[in-house]
Amino acid sequence: MPLSDLISLAEMIPHGAKLAVPSENSGVAMAATRELVRRGVRGLHLICVPVGGLQADVMIGAGLVDTVETSAITLGEFGSAPRFAAALGEKRVRVVDATCPAIYAALQAAQKGIPFIPLRGLIGTDVLANHPDWKVIDNPFQAEDPIVLLPAIQPDIALFHAPLADRNGNVFIGRWRELLTLAHAARQTLVTVEEITERDLMEDIERSPGVIPALYVTSIAQARRGAWPLRFGDQYPMDQDAVGSYVAAARTEAGFRDWLRTWLAPQPAQALA
Amino acid sequence: MSVQYTSTELLISVIVRLLSGCRHVVTGASSPIPGSAALLAREISGGTLHVNVLGSTRHNSFTNGGVELFDLAAQGRIDAFFLGGGQIDGAANVNLVGIGRYPDLEVRWAGSFGSSYLYFLVPRVILFREEHSRRVMVPKVDFVSAPGVSPPNTYRRGGPYKMVTGLGVFGFDRRHGRFRLESVHPGHSLEEILDNTGFEFEREAQVPVTPAPDAQVLHLLRSRVRGEIAEAYPRFAASLTN
Repeated sequence: MPLSDLISLAEMIPHGAKLAVPSENSGVAMAATRELVRRGVRGLHLICVPVGGLQADVMIGAGLVDTVETSAITLGEFGSAPRFAAALGEKRVRVVDATCPAIYAALQAAQKGIPFIPLRGLIGTDVLANHPDWKVIDNPFQAEDPIVLLPAIQPDIALFHAPLADRNGNVFIGRWRELLTLAHAARQTLVTVEEITERDLMEDIERSPGVIPALYVTSIAQARRGAWPLRFGDQYPMDQDAVGSYVAAARTEAGFRDWLRTWLAPQPAQALA
Repeated sequence: MSVQYTSTELLISVIVRLLSGCRHVVTGASSPIPGSAALLAREISGGTLHVNVLGSTRHNSFTNGGVELFDLAAQGRIDAFFLGGGQIDGAANVNLVGIGRYPDLEVRWAGSFGSSYLYFLVPRVILFREEHSRRVMVPKVDFVSAPGVSPPNTYRRGGPYKMVTGLGVFGFDRRHGRFRLESVHPGHSLEEILDNTGFEFEREAQVPVTPAPDAQVLHLLRSRVRGEIAEAYPRFAASLTN
């Protein structure tokens, strides 16, 4: 039975883990991230699939991350990620700049158990020129066709938020199939969910095509509004006021520390919700 | 007869025209104006244009996850996409990473997103950057997120098609690797564009004025598209005034 609670779930992420998280278009496990920050995890290699946002900015600002591998970090309509920029300026974090399809393709290589995967584009970019691991080879099947090879990315842990799980450990993700790729690629998958259903999701023929089977799922914890203050699909919109306060506070290190104290303080309404 | 419109509405109407003849248009991260234009073009097409707005659930038909966009691009199934740029130079190189010598940048931006791939594969990449100044339109970008042109042996099916800014519309000549000014927006001038552009570009002696949005476009934008774009870009939608 993989059902757990938020604190135990966060404890499964060790210092120095290679941790993969989805973009704000899928489900970001913000409640679990709060537990991770509270625990003071250090030395993470964070992989944003394929871009990071508020979660990455908070984790970087709080000192959890040594290396971030991403195609971008942005707060969307709220602009640039202030703690990411500050940490880079002070060389407290290393960034491995990638491009979105390269992150997906490298995860797909891990999913297939192959050491590398080719990808179009990239040739002539400074993204390729500065990437520590990528190589250009000649297409072995056709002359005069250079192509980029990317080594597989196998995360130690994938962490995300999903709408629903059942008591057997199956997780419903609907159309957010990048989460399926993530679960297939990662050694362990930790999921927070809005709801736990008593029905077996695999027995529901309409839902089962959008399910990550329990085989891939290490642990699940229920966290209602677990993506807050971010948007969660059509279930709830971004809390504009909460994100706005973060952006205003995180302009300075002191402001960010104040915000962090408030965020980490026990909030009975949310803890119980 | 003159209809009142905002500069945002003008830009949206300009982009709508550039999407003519497309079957499938995708808009990426932080692209509320291109997203509005694509949704508007879909309205005008009577629904035959396929539009996918990243960041939207309702205006997004992908069922194979985040990778589907990139698979579609590689297969030639996307006709138009949009890129911005913290810096854009005269050879249509795009920099989304930052100012200075990488990795020790003076200013860090979000990152390259999908540009380093999509610029090679989507036939009509429209560069869109509202700010038209010498800090954006530079002689040479500090970091190439995506190159405007490539050597002949590089697999390349796509690239820069037009550039739309707050001042005008440029075409891009891929053979010569240069922009050509096609029109200047109403209320602006060639001199203003020359003063604010850090690279050379081609132009006729007389550059036409960008046509104003027509009444149908403004009506659809204000009546339908504003509500549709609000799902992915609530702050932008709220800023659109009637």
